[in-house]
Amino acid sequence: MRLIPKEIESLWTLFTAPTIWALHFLTCYITAAIHCAKADTAASLGTTSLVLGMVTVAALAGIALSAYLAWRQWGFGSGDPPHDEPTRRDRLLFQGFATLLLSGLSFVAVLFVAVPLVFIEACQP
Amino acid sequence: MFRVGISAEGADPCRRGNAGHIASGDLKGARAIFRRIFPILLVPLTGCSGVQSALAPAGEEAAGIYQLLLVMVVGGVLVWLAVVGLLLHAARRRKVPWTEEQAGRLILFGGVAFPVAVLLALLAYAVWLMPVIRPWFTQQAPQPEMIEVTGEQFWWRIRYPAVDGMPAFETANELRLPVGERVAFSLEAADVIHSFWIPVLGGKMDMIPGRTNTSSLLPTKTGVFRAPCAEFCGTSHALMAFSVIVMEPADYLAWRRAQAAGNGTRGSEGERLFAFHGCAGCHGIRGMTQAASLGPDLTFFGQRQTVGAGTLANTVENVTRFIRNPDAVKPGAKMPAFDMLPAADIAAIADYLVGLK
Repeated sequence: MRLIPKEIESLWTLFTAPTIWALHFLTCYITAAIHCAKADTAASLGTTSLVLGMVTVAALAGIALSAYLAWRQWGFGSGDPPHDEPTRRDRLLFQGFATLLLSGLSFVAVLFVAVPLVFIEACQP
Repeated sequence: MFRVGISAEGADPCRRGNAGHIASGDLKGARAIFRRIFPILLVPLTGCSGVQSALAPAGEEAAGIYQLLLVMVVGGVLVWLAVVGLLLHAARRRKVPWTEEQAGRLILFGGVAFPVAVLLALLAYAVWLMPVIRPWFTQQAPQPEMIEVTGEQFWWRIRYPAVDGMPAFETANELRLPVGERVAFSLEAADVIHSFWIPVLGGKMDMIPGRTNTSSLLPTKTGVFRAPCAEFCGTSHALMAFSVIVMEPADYLAWRRAQAAGNGTRGSEGERLFAFHGCAGCHGIRGMTQAASLGPDLTFFGQRQTVGAGTLANTVENVTRFIRNPDAVKPGAKMPAFDMLPAADIAAIADYLVGLK
């Protein structure tokens, strides 16, 4: 059994990281909204914060994995961009590099989305 | 203020400049134009202080907002200086091209790492400051007193709750608060959306019909301040404001006691006419008439800063003007004109109202 997925050439892997970012965003905001709507006003976010913190760690791990796979697809940085030759290899490298950049963006975005988890302790009535 | 600034500092040099010196050189022309524009540049500075400025905070929440503004502006200026510095570096006379590796490193650190770190720091700072700017007062014990404020076209109905044996009472267009004590507001609107904003004390909170919003403030300095309606609500939106007077707690308690007790009767001609001409059908004056509450309560009207919710100074002349034709002073005001009353009667009523101290 493989620990790391086999290298594949598909456009779909490009969206892995942004998709994790979107799911993380929705999970955080919807969970907090439901928690605050159902709880009393000014209820503490304690457990919810903890759960969402774990979701955040999982999301970051997923994005890091996606970044590693993209790095591998990019040949571990062996060649420099722009990879614009009309060849199969350049297409593969270009896609790998684009995926790596998107993973970086998504990683930062997930961190930014998680900032309120650290500082906001209770629901606002 | 705009016109004064121009004429005092700008007009004379401009005229001299125009008379003959512009043609003598570009530099002098530019200087003349600068002299003309300079006073205008100074005008925004008048917003840095005064009774309605978020830049002169007198409350904990406003101080938090001011601090946030300073940090964001300083952060922005530093980033801007760095970018301009890079620009000058790129445009320098003796160009030595960077190697591709150096350029790549600049893009990685200056274009990725630096913005991410700065944005994360500013975001974390702003989110960390949020509870200061919008306190979670419902968690506090004891609960702060809840003053009810209702926005109506184009004035403010203010209800103080009963406390310490003093009954609840209603007043209008003037809010008094004790210094150093947290107060909470229950905000409603009677007709359209208004917004409650005391710039020197804290941030805005909308007043929405059919909904009760809450907000809380902690005044830290005594003084008289102005609070405008911050959401367009009709023709007289710009004339809808209230005064805020932050007082020492002892004075505040005395004021509340007097307000709750009411004016009592004065036995004056103006008082008789106030009831006779039907003013009392809409306006309440505690201790004098049945509590009508269609229009603003007028108990101790003479103590208020303004006439017509922040529109005019509180003088007999202005009250007379307002009674004669409110719509001329405040377009769209719901109060009908009373210009059919004898001038002497209006004057007597105005005299009576301004005398309610």
